[in-house]
Parts: sequence; C-alpha cells; structure tokens
Amino acid sequence: MLYREVGEFKTSYAQDSQTFPIRFDRYRYYFVIIVGLLFIPFVINDYWANAVFLPFLIYAIAALGLNILTGYCGQVSLGTGGFMAVGAYASYKLMTAFPDLNIFFVIILSGFVTALVGTLFGLPSLRIKGFYLAVATLAAQFFLIWLFNKVGWFYNYSATGMITSPSRSVGSFFITGSESTPAAKYLFCFLFVFLLAWVARNLTRGKIGRSWMAIRDMDIAAEIIGVNPLIAKLSAFAISSFYVGVAGALFFSVYLGAVEPTEAFSIQKSFIVLFMVIIGGLGSIFGSFAGAAFMVLMPVALKNLLVLQFGWSVDIAAHFEFIIIGGLIIFFLIVEPHGLAQLWNLLKQKLRIWPFPY
Amino acid sequence: MNVDNTKMMDIKNIVLRFGGVVAIQNISFDIFKGEIRAIIGPNGAGKSSMLNVINGFYHPQEGEVWFRGKKRGSMKPYQIAHQGIARTFQNIALFKGMSALDNIMTGRFTHMKKSIFSQIIWAGGASKEEYENREVVEKVIDFLEIQHIRKTPVGALPYGLQKRVELGRALAAQPELLLLDEPMAGMNVEEKEDMSRYILDVNNEFGTTVALIEHDMGVVMDISDRVVVMDYGKKIGDGTPDEVRNNQAVIDAYLGVSEH
Repeated sequence: MLYREVGEFKTSYAQDSQTFPIRFDRYRYYFVIIVGLLFIPFVINDYWANAVFLPFLIYAIAALGLNILTGYCGQVSLGTGGFMAVGAYASYKLMTAFPDLNIFFVIILSGFVTALVGTLFGLPSLRIKGFYLAVATLAAQFFLIWLFNKVGWFYNYSATGMITSPSRSVGSFFITGSESTPAAKYLFCFLFVFLLAWVARNLTRGKIGRSWMAIRDMDIAAEIIGVNPLIAKLSAFAISSFYVGVAGALFFSVYLGAVEPTEAFSIQKSFIVLFMVIIGGLGSIFGSFAGAAFMVLMPVALKNLLVLQFGWSVDIAAHFEFIIIGGLIIFFLIVEPHGLAQLWNLLKQKLRIWPFPY
Repeated sequence: MNVDNTKMMDIKNIVLRFGGVVAIQNISFDIFKGEIRAIIGPNGAGKSSMLNVINGFYHPQEGEVWFRGKKRGSMKPYQIAHQGIARTFQNIALFKGMSALDNIMTGRFTHMKKSIFSQIIWAGGASKEEYENREVVEKVIDFLEIQHIRKTPVGALPYGLQKRVELGRALAAQPELLLLDEPMAGMNVEEKEDMSRYILDVNNEFGTTVALIEHDMGVVMDISDRVVVMDYGKKIGDGTPDEVRNNQAVIDAYLGVSEH
C-alpha cells in the first residue's frame, strides 16, 4: 500500500533517472540518513561502535570498492586484503611524517596511494581474465603483506613490527588514539561512507559506469562502440583500490588503532569482502551495504543468540558460527544467485502489487 | 537516398591470412557516401572477415583501407568507433546485464566528453550531458518502436527485439558508416520486413551509409544499391543487383557449375 509508483509522473530525464524514483523509497532513505546522523551518535557506546557500526561502515566502503571492480567491471580480485594494508600503511606513514596534516586528508591521500598501487596490479587484467586474473591479484595480496612485514621503513622500524595509530583529531574531536570517543569515530566513518556511496552512485550511473559494465558483459562489443578497454579496466582498478585503501586506512587508524599486517590484512579479509559483494549482489550499491551488514551483523547476532540466550560456551558457539554462516551463504546463493539486492528488488515488486496479487 | 559518387570508403587489394589459410585474397571495392552496399556470398566466403577488417578487429597483411579520402593506418577498434563507424554482430553482442536503455546509452559513448571529475560530483555538465544524450537515445527508441522495453534487461528479451536493440545501440552512435552483419538472420518474414524498413529509413532519413552482409537474396536485391559478391575469399562480382543477378560467375558460385 505504501510502496506505490502510481500517480508519480516523471516529466524530465533527470527525474526518470534519479536514485530513488519512488517516493516511499526516497523517504526511507532520508529516514536512514537522519537516524544515522542525529540519533545513533547520541546513544552509541563502545560496544555498539566496535562490534557493529564501525566494522559495518568500514566494510561497506571496502565492499563498494570491490563491487566497482568485480560487480561493475567484471574483474575478479582477491587482493582486497593487500590493498587495505596499503591504505593502512599509507595512512600510518602520512600520519607520522606529517603530524599536522588533518586526519581527513590523511585518509583521502591513503586512498590515492592505494589507487596507484591498485592500478599497477591491475595491469595484468589487460591480458588475462577470470580465474587467471584472480590468481594474479592473489599474488598482489601475498606480495604486499610480505613487503610490509619485511621492509622496516613501512613500520618505522618499530621493535614489534606493528603499526600504532597516533592521536589525531578533527577540531576538538579526537578520531584516533586513546582519547577518541565512539560517537566521533562513528560520525567520521559515516561521513566517508556517505560521500563514497554518493560518488559510487554517480560514477556507475553515467558514462564511465556504463563503460565498465560494457567491458564486463561483452568486451568485444564494448570496444566497437568506442570504449578503450585499457582506460575502462585501469580506471576500475584505480577507483576500486581508492575505496579499498580508504577502508584500510579507516580500519587501521580509527577502528583497530594498532595492526600487524599478517593478522589484520590476511587473505581472509579478501575473502570476507568478496563474500560481501557476492552475497549482497554484484553490480549493486545497495548490495554492497547489504552484504557488509550480513557479514558483520550475522556473527554478532549469532554470538548473542548462542552464548547469551542458549548459554553455550564461547568456543563451541564460535565454531557453530562458522558452520551457520557457511550454510547461510550457500542457502542464499542457491535461493538467489544475484544476492540480497535482488531479493530486495523482488520484495519491492511484491510490495508494489500488494495486497492484490494481480 | 541520393547517392553522390564520392567514396566514403575505399578498400584496396586487401589480403588477409590466418597462418596458411587465406581468408581474403586481394579484394578491392568501394562504398559511396549514402548508399546501401551489400556483401554477399556462400558460407565461409570471407564476408565477416571483411567487416572485421573494416572495423579494425583484423589487420590485413596487405592492402589499404581509405576512409573519407584518407588512408587509414593501423588502428584499434575503439579508435575506429570514434571515427564514426558502428556495427552490429551476427550473433547478438548486447550487454546482457544492462537494460535496453542502458545498452543504447552506451552507444552514445563516443559523444560524451565530460571529465571523470565532473562525473564524480554529477555536476559541472556531466548530468546535463547525460540528459542531452538521453534525448538522442529516446529518438532512436521511438524510431525503432521499442519504448515498452526501455527498462527491461536485454537478456530477457526475445530474439527479434534483441536484434532491434543492437541496431539501436549502433544507431545511437550516429555513425557515418553503419556495418550490419546479417541483420535478418533467424527472423521470420514480418520481422525481416520490419528490419528492412528500418534499414531503408536509417539510410533515407539520417543519410547513414550502410554496408551489410545478408543471406536472404530477396532482401538484398530489394534494398541495396550495389552488391559485392565474394566466394572463397575472392571477389567474383560487383555492381547493381541486376548486374549481379545476371553475372555468370555469381550464378555458378551459388548454383554450382554442371560438369560436361
């Protein structure tokens, strides 16, 4: 009943191609933004920030990035963890080398550094496709982690080999370090998610987004209508790596505060982000958020359910978590291979004609 | 369309080899501005290879391609697209994951110039450019009478409509030379009539030069101004439909030669 397009007449192409063409959708979106900005910061505490909101927001950025590359441009990458590490180490080096630089610009610059590295590792995509490209990006993952472990310059020759985020603030609000508050961290990440999701939407609805999708769907046809495959693929790698780099920088500086590369940015990170993109929906902005929410919230929800409700011991619960999440992934992929975004679309289709099915 | 006898494209002595196989043996022909030029021949005659040469997918070992009075160097297909040559494929090559509208919008690629920074903020002209091009695309959609499937993913469309969307994508580029590789393959009589009408209208209304490969002789003889006939990579006939129809070599190639 609520979800109706009847009576909404589009009179310009701008109206026809807006992000939320249906009024109800638009209001729901405003509602989420307002709750996110005006309600959550006042009630957030350490537990909610660290267990739910920060990982969700940061993984959402990484998933957006990988979705641009894999979902929109069709280039499979298993190097996400490595690229996140590049973002993290870039932000660490920038923060220690330029203590006066605002943390906001540190994160943005780390994104650009990662974009450069990503473009470099994207070069093989001009020659190889599919599984072979996945293996090539896997090499990036292992090489980058090895590099950050081996070369002392990256961790400023600290004895432990770890990098620790110094205290930085925006105005009088500390974002990183021990004095930071959950609300400030949350809002800082929220800002990035909002900006980057908006940029992703703009890129994917226009010329460059269509050139990525053209390369993904039929590269020969893309070429005969004028798409330069070199530019399309490398721009996808660059922009995707920018997102992943920003996610890595936030993951290190805002969320964890101190990392050790083998632990924090292992191959497992690459897979988690890839799962988010696949479960959420390839080639969908909403899917990136849905996938990130699924992969972040599921373990938390299961832990609460099993340990607090059923009184299981923590270690057994942890193992069951893996089993249940694995099962759910398979279940979702069988029920709807196009991910949660497609399920959401189907639900919307149903809502459109509800309560009269014909 | 009134054909003035200026050469839009001049193909001179093309030789194309794949290892030991000679796909095209020393073929020359020209395409006048504003005409409908058909390339016909039995299977394996090298017709599609010829289109691929024009289009930059294959680089011939010998010979020259002249386009609009200039000799063309070695170019990549996407550079040739920017020169104003568009094409459709024998087996539909649409972007399956995109809607019909997005497919045709992709055809406007060469006409969209705004920088990536403008696209990032969706201002500074990128959105304006998008809607201006949308207007052109909507005209193509009107012309091909596919308004109702605008937002349908092309993978879900029936074959005839997919062919039409693919033609739309090529038309959206507003090419000077349109290459059609078997535009009517696998269609029924009505669909063929529709497609013939679209090709004639494109030629008449927009003044687009068309080069097409087709197996349906009735259609070819009816709509084309001049016909090139190929057989085993050689040119065996060239001229108006009437001349070609009465050419002994062509008759032999199609009907076979009786052995006395």
